[in-house]
Amino acid sequence: MIGLTDYLIVSAILFSIGLMGVLRRRNLLMLFFATEVMLNAVNVAFAAISHYYNDLTGQMFAFFIIAIAASEVAVGLGILIVLYKKHGSLDLDDLASMRG
Amino acid sequence: MYEAIAFYLFSALTIGLFLITVMSKNVLYAMTSLAAGMVLISGFFFILGADFLGVVQLIVYVGAVMALYSFAMMFFDATRDIKEKNTPAALVFLLGGLSALVLVLIFAGPIHSDAVQALYPMHEGVGNAQDVGIVLFTKYLVPFEVAAVMLLVAMIAGIILAGKKMDQSLTKDTSVDDADEILKQKDAK
Repeated sequence: MIGLTDYLIVSAILFSIGLMGVLRRRNLLMLFFATEVMLNAVNVAFAAISHYYNDLTGQMFAFFIIAIAASEVAVGLGILIVLYKKHGSLDLDDLASMRG
Repeated sequence: MYEAIAFYLFSALTIGLFLITVMSKNVLYAMTSLAAGMVLISGFFFILGADFLGVVQLIVYVGAVMALYSFAMMFFDATRDIKEKNTPAALVFLLGGLSALVLVLIFAGPIHSDAVQALYPMHEGVGNAQDVGIVLFTKYLVPFEVAAVMLLVAMIAGIILAGKKMDQSLTKDTSVDDADEILKQKDAK
């Protein structure tokens, strides 16, 4: 039978995949994808805890995380478009201008 | 039995698809596998009995967020492969593995405490959508309204940021001054 631990392990694996992407990527659009992966992993953990403890609070937090992710994407993509207009590239190494 | 089969199928597929998202050099492949992975994540929600959350995941993530990403992908030149100087793989795997270990410990620690009690318990015989609605509009009304204001602010910010100079192309048009400068910058590199 599938227990809470299995869901949490899958969620931790997904989260570390997203974290690996955040550490590895240099392109800003790909960094956004990696953060979406991390947010989804956390949502799975919340839904699993909500199910196994018979409590609705986890689902509520998952709803608010989805709302925050949607607004993050809206603002973030606007900033990406402005950056691309200004620099012609989305690479973090090209965008770094303060090299101490 | 079916739950176990669905769980293992969904988890294997999701991990594989998200690995493609993180590792792929092509924006189109990364985005498509991210969308497919999100559909399967909503499958997790349906297994867990969170029907309303699953539907919201399908509508908001797979519908709205993915449409936003695909429109943004059309702004940038996304057909060619991305050349990026990645961080050394050994360091990333070490850091990712260590943080995964810490995460499992953090998540597995509280499970042994049986003292956790349900704050807003689910009711027998009531659908998930009704339960969610009652709790959301009584106990979580203020956060709900704050989230609504936050979405409005995000919408205005998106329109203001992306709407400037919308009449000129980012990638092709060479007749406009800014695009000329962009091309010069590219040549200079």
